[in-house]
Amino acid sequence: MFPKGTKRKFSDSGDEPAAGGEDVNQPSSVAVRMLSSYSLQRQSLLDMSLIKLQLCHMLVEPNLCRSVLIANTVRQIQEEMTQDGTWQIMTQALSAANAAAQCSADRLVATEVLCRQTEATQGEQVLKPFPAVGSEGCPAEEEEEVVVEEEGEGGPQPPTCQAPLAWTPAGKRKMDSRTAEQVFGTFEIKNPAPSPDPALEELFSDVDASYYDLDTVLTGMQSAPKMGPYDLLESLSSHGPSPLSSSTSCRSDLNELDHIMEIIVGS
Amino acid sequence: MEEETDTPKINNSFLRDHNYATEADVISTVEFNPSGELLATGDKGGRVVVFQREQETKSEPQRRGEYNVYSTFQSHDPEFDYLKSLEVEEKINKIRWLPQQNAAYFLLSTNDKTVKLWKIRERDRRPEGYNLKDEDGRIRHPSTITSLRVPVLQNADLMVEATARRVFSNAHTYHINSISVNSDFQTYISTDDLRVNLWNLEITDQSFNIVDIKPCNMEDLTEVITAAEFHPQQCNTLAYSSSRGSIRLCDMRKQALCDTHCKFFEEPEDPSTRSFFSEIISSISDIKFSHSGRFLMTRDYLTVKVWDLNMETRPVQTYQVHDYLRGKLCSLYENDCIFDKFECVWNGSDSVIMTGSYNNFFRMFDRNTKKDVTLEASRENSKPRAILKPRKVCVGGKRRKDEVTVDSLDFSKKILHSTWHPQENIIAVAASNNLYIFQDKVT
Repeated sequence: MFPKGTKRKFSDSGDEPAAGGEDVNQPSSVAVRMLSSYSLQRQSLLDMSLIKLQLCHMLVEPNLCRSVLIANTVRQIQEEMTQDGTWQIMTQALSAANAAAQCSADRLVATEVLCRQTEATQGEQVLKPFPAVGSEGCPAEEEEEVVVEEEGEGGPQPPTCQAPLAWTPAGKRKMDSRTAEQVFGTFEIKNPAPSPDPALEELFSDVDASYYDLDTVLTGMQSAPKMGPYDLLESLSSHGPSPLSSSTSCRSDLNELDHIMEIIVGS
Repeated sequence: MEEETDTPKINNSFLRDHNYATEADVISTVEFNPSGELLATGDKGGRVVVFQREQETKSEPQRRGEYNVYSTFQSHDPEFDYLKSLEVEEKINKIRWLPQQNAAYFLLSTNDKTVKLWKIRERDRRPEGYNLKDEDGRIRHPSTITSLRVPVLQNADLMVEATARRVFSNAHTYHINSISVNSDFQTYISTDDLRVNLWNLEITDQSFNIVDIKPCNMEDLTEVITAAEFHPQQCNTLAYSSSRGSIRLCDMRKQALCDTHCKFFEEPEDPSTRSFFSEIISSISDIKFSHSGRFLMTRDYLTVKVWDLNMETRPVQTYQVHDYLRGKLCSLYENDCIFDKFECVWNGSDSVIMTGSYNNFFRMFDRNTKKDVTLEASRENSKPRAILKPRKVCVGGKRRKDEVTVDSLDFSKKILHSTWHPQENIIAVAASNNLYIFQDKVT
């Protein structure tokens, strides 16, 4: 590994001549780091897109062009994550994290969680921007079907004062197949074109410092008072057993969750 | 590229010149009429202001025809769609002039849902000498009338009045993004996100749908129409652009519903610049045919492209508007600037194209000399009648004096709308609630 105190840089993999057998490990460890930071950034982009879609619907007159562009971006990310296998990892990790929570039925707002596939729907590989307005409030807009789906599946729906993305961590998950279907809809990936496997360099050309700024921005939004759900979430992130080795990414995902929630509740 | 003289005309009586800008005053469209004598602006409050060029006088040759307010009227009002419980914004999305055929001027203005045809005419006479009314308008008592007279037209103060002659409504489910008058001057198209409708200017209760890209299942929707325009000479040809960066040329003679295109223009994606934002930045925000009808110009987020109508595989010219933003796409996505829709314009001879950018900058590209210039529409940085100084954005490390760094760009100051006089080098540029008019320097 790198000697202590050395500042890690992207370009270091080739520059540092390591002694002995470290040569073999260095490029791969750097690659892993690069990959995980890329995943982080991709994840934050996904989260941001989902928030935008949700906010789109809170507007009086949603802009169809904007919604379509954001939805396409979300789908693109999800396709890539599915091909990486990251999608499944995330889903499993979060399901496991759910199972650990022992609290009462405090409702959490967890936007991106609902877009992770449950095992039940994995086969379909669908993703749909979720409805932002509960069934009572939302008129059946023809033009908004792409992002709004009437919740005709029956069952008592949470009242609209609570975000319909409510997620009960304990007991029967809202993330059962019914909800998942409502949420995911039918954006089928019909012929998943083999995504061009871009070289890492190409991917990293997007990665710019602004991502980190973004994270700072998100972390900076600490103005929302801590509420029950946040405590719950923090307990989740600390208790959640991560059966997989990517515990770091799971925890960071939950931190992302935290940030996202603060934004939503704070807004 | 010749330099321009700054003659900002911000009329205090209407476009309020305060430090704060009320949202309703933000200009949302600008357009010269075909002769260049009139300039119309539409704003978010649904108002249209028409400026008229002064006649040039021999006594003051340096005042080369400045633009003054000619007429102001409320074109659209906020509406409430009761069926959908949605408010319809009164913001004027587009104004298009009709060619002048008599003493009156006609223009089409549209908001998200309704197009209106306005007639603007001058009245400098009024009838006087009624028998039953006196000059103040009060009814005269019949017993006081002792003789009869014929009313005559007398000269009166010049008054410009605007009347709505046609209202074309209820044809669009989605938001209208463009209108375009046909070269036959009898029909026009209005375009929303999924459909293009053809109207006859005389008939308001009927329109023909000529393009419909709505999928059977709205969940399959991945592409929307972003702009459409008629060919300037061929009255059967129109082009429309999409959010995926493609342009389709349609011939209305082929079939009634032009869902299948005659020509399809799309540039293959450059794999080296591919990112999650590739699709968003390829979305075309404006298309304009050249005056000659041979070329088509498109504006996407970072570039302006000129296409030859005879070549569908790639544009003949691509101009970088603000490529230094390529590395900032994530931030621009976050603050929604990446969805800004910039317009682009040709000059009268199709030799120069112009488009807007951020920080109140706008760019001009000379297609022949390949030179380009960045100018700024700002009162602070230029005095009236002073020649505009070219601006430069510093992309490298070392910033020279007068250069602006990318990080210091003000993304809230954007030039989305601009227009070029059809014959002369006069441009009008809208920066938020301010209108700037620039002319060639007087030699």
